[in-house]
Amino acid sequence: MMSNAVSIIQELEAIALSPYKSVMRTMKETGKEAIGCFPIYAPEELIYAAGMLPVGMWGGDTELKLADRYLQTFCCSIMRSNIEYSMKGAYDMLKAVIIPTFCDTLKCICENWKVSAPRIPVIPMVYPQNRRIDAGFVYMTEELERVRGALEEISEKPITDAMLEDAFAVYEAYRSAMREFVSVAAEHPEMINARSRHLIIKAAYFSDKKAYTDKINKLTEALKKESVKPFPGIKVVATGLIAEPPALLDIFAKNNVAIAADDLAQESRQFRALSRKSGNVIQRLAWRIVDQQGCTFLYEVEKTRGQMLIEQVRNTGSKGVVVFMMKFCDPEEFDYPIYKEELERAGIPVLYLETEQQMDSFAQIETRVQSFAEMLA
Amino acid sequence: MDDDKKLTSKDFLNQLVAKHYEGALQAKAEGKPVVWATSICPQELLETMDLATVYPENHAAAIGARKGALEFIENAEGKGYSSDNCSYARVNLGYADIQKAEAQDIPMPDLLFCCSNICNTVIKWYENLSKTLQIPLILFDMPFNHTYEVPEHSIRYMRGQIEYAIGQLEDFTKRKFDYDKFGEVMELSNATCEWWKKATDWAKVIPSPLNGFDMFNYMAMIVCMRGNADGHRLFKMWHDELEAKAKAGLGPWNSAEEQYRVMWDGIACWPHLSTTFKALKKYGINMVTSTYPDSWNVRYEKNDLSGMAKAYASNYANRNLDYDEDNVVRLVKDFSLDGIVYHSNRSCKLMDFRQYEIQRRVEAATGIPSVVFDGDQTDPRAFSEAQYETRIQALVEMMEENKEARRKG
Ligand code: SF4
Ligand code: SF4
Repeated sequence: MMSNAVSIIQELEAIALSPYKSVMRTMKETGKEAIGCFPIYAPEELIYAAGMLPVGMWGGDTELKLADRYLQTFCCSIMRSNIEYSMKGAYDMLKAVIIPTFCDTLKCICENWKVSAPRIPVIPMVYPQNRRIDAGFVYMTEELERVRGALEEISEKPITDAMLEDAFAVYEAYRSAMREFVSVAAEHPEMINARSRHLIIKAAYFSDKKAYTDKINKLTEALKKESVKPFPGIKVVATGLIAEPPALLDIFAKNNVAIAADDLAQESRQFRALSRKSGNVIQRLAWRIVDQQGCTFLYEVEKTRGQMLIEQVRNTGSKGVVVFMMKFCDPEEFDYPIYKEELERAGIPVLYLETEQQMDSFAQIETRVQSFAEMLA
Repeated sequence: MDDDKKLTSKDFLNQLVAKHYEGALQAKAEGKPVVWATSICPQELLETMDLATVYPENHAAAIGARKGALEFIENAEGKGYSSDNCSYARVNLGYADIQKAEAQDIPMPDLLFCCSNICNTVIKWYENLSKTLQIPLILFDMPFNHTYEVPEHSIRYMRGQIEYAIGQLEDFTKRKFDYDKFGEVMELSNATCEWWKKATDWAKVIPSPLNGFDMFNYMAMIVCMRGNADGHRLFKMWHDELEAKAKAGLGPWNSAEEQYRVMWDGIACWPHLSTTFKALKKYGINMVTSTYPDSWNVRYEKNDLSGMAKAYASNYANRNLDYDEDNVVRLVKDFSLDGIVYHSNRSCKLMDFRQYEIQRRVEAATGIPSVVFDGDQTDPRAFSEAQYETRIQALVEMMEENKEARRKG
């Protein structure tokens, strides 16, 4: 059993570490064409229903040169990377990209893309921020229908309601598998360390969701068979946009700091909200956004994120919260002072790490993670 | 009426600024609710409800211009705000904590009113105000227009929000919304915007009777006085003065001649206003326009909620590259520009991250030169006088070459 788990872990890690290769292989294996999905909530189900492969576009560690043509240096590195890659031709295998305009940077990226990668059509998408009022909900369904139409044009086939139902079912299975995986993984930090956890979850973005879900289910089953062992380190909750680069997570693994739960946009925010059962698939997709809570990209006057993090810490027996702050990410940066204060009031220690995708020195971070771990031990 | 003859629009402007802030402080003292609102929001609703309203962006700019921003910025950064976040937000969030500014005080709010047609940053900023001050927030979300025109379904969504907001305002004030008054306010707001636009259009004349840095001052009032009689009178008055100056052939300054006409892209550098102004004037450069005259030219038919929604969603920052390109190219022609100064403003990612492409396109379409300089609207630390000077010199050289070439035919 153990060796079975280890081989799945290694396979998924390898997928996540080479996005380009992985996407090419998945395209070949499935015979599907690929559509790029910008963060945060591209409607992957629509793409899947169209018989195409949704691919996550979360930047990467590439040298930034060409992107300076469009973006000042104070733009988040993830979008500078995406523009850089687009100009280098690294995305040429994509049939189109979907860019939602959750933040001011994404609005501009959507516009620049039209020029930086003219060969790859962009399907812009607007999620309403006033999503909890009727007019907002209707608008969101209209946007989803518009994107559906754009995908039909690209795939040159209609996307029927039945196809949407099937795709939604695949994603429901994926999301429920992920929720179970993260909770079981939290019991086994000796096998699923911070780095592995991240890579395993990330691999979904470059895989076919159905095949990926099978692997995750097998992995979870194997983990469940393992006895729960005492963990010599500490557990934490991670928050932020994305916990990268992987070398950063190596530091966590080395210092026995495990991620017991997360609120990362790239990870749990993708699957933590439960879907409603009523309505057609378009409406259910819209409800998923309506029901998402504590996400900085979706307007929420109550700002429940801090409270949510406190509960996550308590429910998982974690000792603190680690903030992976993508430098220059305005929405994430605006949330920080609010939840930081709430966490501090609740007596929960916070480790704030500013990250970029191009980082060459980790020495300082290493020291900070070490002392955080020592303080909490 | 006699006084009117002596009163210049500049005097009146100063009176109105004082009246605006005193009125809001007075309302608060009398126990009336106060609203904080974003700069291009549908203020018609607030005016109809007779709610005292102040505009944090104006306030932050005023603090910045009087060189008082750092205290508030440092307070906000001490709470964990990143120095990369919009400095208007940092100044205001700092002020919400300190609640005292030498430059100008404003009353603390009871209601927040936020419109995302200028950026999504204001949504985060106002959410935080609502959370920390524990007061309600009315949000107008105006989708980014990635198409050239504002799409119909966006208009329906925004109209729905106006209707929803009216209900929220009724709940908040426990008063009925007066639709007749609303109609009047709409009419007045449109008329005020028309005078604002007509006044700023006088800068098309050569030489321009308008010194564009003056426009920055009047801008504060088009933000907060669109929907009332004072604002209407001010902009009409300013317009008439500019008309008289233009007809008399007078240029922007008494002490110098207008040699070059440029557009300023982006917000002013408030803490360095006089430095940035003088460096231009030294070379006879007059800033004759920017994208702002149109941003507050919010025009629609009275009682047409959909038209109102569309007008508010149509400002420059909320439009796609093709629209923005056409817009600036039109300004180059209409205002006979010789060059463009682009302010790469550390605060405003939405305006910055399309600037390079706009610059290239406008240059290709019009052949006029331009420069980009680094700055910030209110954070005094993000501006280098030396860099600014150098860029302006380079612009002058390029503009001069163009003129020379034109002279030679
Ligand atoms: S600013 Fe943040 S949300 Fe926006 S594109 Fe960058 S990382 Fe993503
Ligand atoms: S300066 Fe830019 S980011 Fe700041 S409030 Fe204005 S539009 Fe928004």
